[in-house]
Amino acid sequence: MSTTHTANHADVDALEAESIHIIREVAAEFERPALLFSGGKDSVVMLHLATRAFWPARLPFPILHIDTGHNFPEVIEFRDRLVASLGERLIVRTVDDAIGAGLLPPDEDPTASRNLAQIPTLLGAIREFRFDALFGGARRDEEKARAKERIFSFRSDSGRWDPKDQRPELWSLYNGRIRRPMLASAASEGGGEHIRAFPISNWTELDVWSYVATRSLELPSIYFSHRRDVVIRAGKFCPVSRLLPAAAGETIHRLNVRFRTVGDMTCTAAIESDAANADDIIRETRTATTSERDARLDDTTSDSAMEDRKREGYF
Amino acid sequence: MHAQTPVATPFPVPAASGAPLAPSSPARSCGILRVITCGSVDDGKSTLIGRLLHETQSVHSDHLDAVRRASAARRSEQLDLSLLTDGLRAEREQGITIDVAYRAFSTEKRRFILADTPGHVQYTRNMATGASTADAAILLVDARQGVVEQTRRHACIASLLGIRHLVVCVNKMDLVGHCAEHLARVRREFLDFAAVARPDGLSSLAERASIAFLPISALHGDNVVGHSERMPWHAGPSLLGLLESLPDAESPILAPPRFPVQFVIRANGHRSHDYRGYAGRLASGSLRVGDRIVALPSGAASRIARLHIGSEDVDAIRASQSAAIVLEDDIDVSRGDLLVAETRPGYTSPQLGSEVIANMIWMHRNALQPGRQILVKHCTRTVAARVTAIRHRIDLNHGSADTTTDKLELNEIGCVELRLASEIAFDAYAHNRTTGSLIAIDPQSNATVGAGMLVVARGHATVDLDARPSEELPA
Repeated sequence: MSTTHTANHADVDALEAESIHIIREVAAEFERPALLFSGGKDSVVMLHLATRAFWPARLPFPILHIDTGHNFPEVIEFRDRLVASLGERLIVRTVDDAIGAGLLPPDEDPTASRNLAQIPTLLGAIREFRFDALFGGARRDEEKARAKERIFSFRSDSGRWDPKDQRPELWSLYNGRIRRPMLASAASEGGGEHIRAFPISNWTELDVWSYVATRSLELPSIYFSHRRDVVIRAGKFCPVSRLLPAAAGETIHRLNVRFRTVGDMTCTAAIESDAANADDIIRETRTATTSERDARLDDTTSDSAMEDRKREGYF
Repeated sequence: MHAQTPVATPFPVPAASGAPLAPSSPARSCGILRVITCGSVDDGKSTLIGRLLHETQSVHSDHLDAVRRASAARRSEQLDLSLLTDGLRAEREQGITIDVAYRAFSTEKRRFILADTPGHVQYTRNMATGASTADAAILLVDARQGVVEQTRRHACIASLLGIRHLVVCVNKMDLVGHCAEHLARVRREFLDFAAVARPDGLSSLAERASIAFLPISALHGDNVVGHSERMPWHAGPSLLGLLESLPDAESPILAPPRFPVQFVIRANGHRSHDYRGYAGRLASGSLRVGDRIVALPSGAASRIARLHIGSEDVDAIRASQSAAIVLEDDIDVSRGDLLVAETRPGYTSPQLGSEVIANMIWMHRNALQPGRQILVKHCTRTVAARVTAIRHRIDLNHGSADTTTDKLELNEIGCVELRLASEIAFDAYAHNRTTGSLIAIDPQSNATVGAGMLVVARGHATVDLDARPSEELPA
């Protein structure tokens, strides 16, 4: 994609102003919000925006990580360091915990992606903490179902998104009203009605990197060029890891790569790159011909993969 | 090719006000143009957006591959570009657009956010959603059909929602032999309508918006990004060229400042010394440290001690920036209040009242009738309200008032009277899209059932800011 337009400071400032407005609306209208955080670049931007929205006070909500147990170790190390430096409260709920609690059957195939396994884990956390709003870092440019989603996106009692019955969302007047159970114990399987709020809906991948560069935000090291063992599957550079070793007959290549998106290690591919910092990545992103989700092997399986997962309660 | 229409006297101003005419818009920054596409079903809206994205190299190859696969699966010979934005399964199955999709793209000159909105009458509410934040509307007309009811409806809705630039694209020129007469006919039909249609009862469509006409073929790309060799008689710019050249929205920075308070930031600590900041997004105008402000509806006054954007101390803030305001005095301010500047020459005062008149888009299948209870969210304040009267329904097909009905059906727009449980401070929507808009929420289902554009408080109550000095008010 040859996006010729420079994502300039004025654009990024305008996007920041809109996002902070949304974050403050959620904090003002909900009793128990939480900020979903994965350690990925979008959630780092979200966390930075939130700290700016409430400066000099602390965040009026905790940070929640739904941990697949399939994360790159660099990302987990980064997450813990960042949260500790901010002094904010981090809640981690893991797919392994959810399996232990019987919310999920054990993995049939230990090398399979745990993306879907995040859904019951997430809904379990919503129920446990009675969260009534969750911030997500999804962007409309990522995927066509996300391009359709509201900024305040209503989730039913069972955590479901109904794309055919979304609340009209005019101006910047967000409707965050939900039905609240009279008793905490009455919370249903999905954790009760809640809102998923997407403050960076209107950002693009390039905007995120411009913001990272402008604000000198630190990111997990795997976003930048590094040497790594990969195998080539369906034309994509798949990392060799303890979860997904090279199969018999596969050739391991040691290449300079980076990740455009970080997710489950078993389904996130790298790209060949020498980009060592945010400015290099901005240059690369301007000329990239594929979207970052091209590296998510689970999104390319079907035309409605994202919509289907979102309907079930996915981020 | 621009029409010979009056250029932008976009918002009619009641003679009484005398404000600087700078309607402001939420979520706008300098240079970004928000555009909606509208028109009737099958006029080719999604195809046009796909074409714009494709030809500006804004589509990633993996997204294009997915479209290619899906097109092939439908045995479509050509790349079906509508599949780029019709992102929901039901849309692809039915081949129509149900919900608004937002896509950002950029050229060297400008950044655009496109909203692809549905053409079906039953999804009018989604079209209004896209229009509420848009600066310009692309109205697609099928060259074979000419101006139809949906064209007129969408033009009226776009104009009512404050869109100041209408670009009428006569599409499918390839199916009429690229003949100039088809453009001329649409121009005639549309301008005749624009001269007489008065969607708000005050000013005509032609007075409210600039209107341009373009002959295009979205399917083949004629006059979309480049100039078409098949229509040498069209001398004007392509659609993209025209959109790039539209003037920026009139700067809301010149308008009187309005700051709806969202959240009170309190912190006690070594770095903050009992900090108390009023967080919000400046809807219009600008504010400086030292400015005297008045909190509405209470009327309490103070002076700005500090301004913050994030952790930075700044001297001034301008429209659309999110900021926090620290005041010199300890006055009672909370979420839902509106901070405004004291009267300056040329500034309008906001209106204040609990009985208001608004144009309402009704979005629920149960018709709106007088007596209905709703919740109104206006800026950052949500109040209970009752609809006391329906003054008239707007006949969108003719752009006129229909006084023979006292209810509004789903997707109809009308002028209503509301009685609110408490006062709100607001501006007419024509002056300020943020402080002049509201949504109606059903108190039982919590659904958003209506969208309102405030006109006036009953009795025309405006706040006399100078007559309410803070010392007369209880602390």
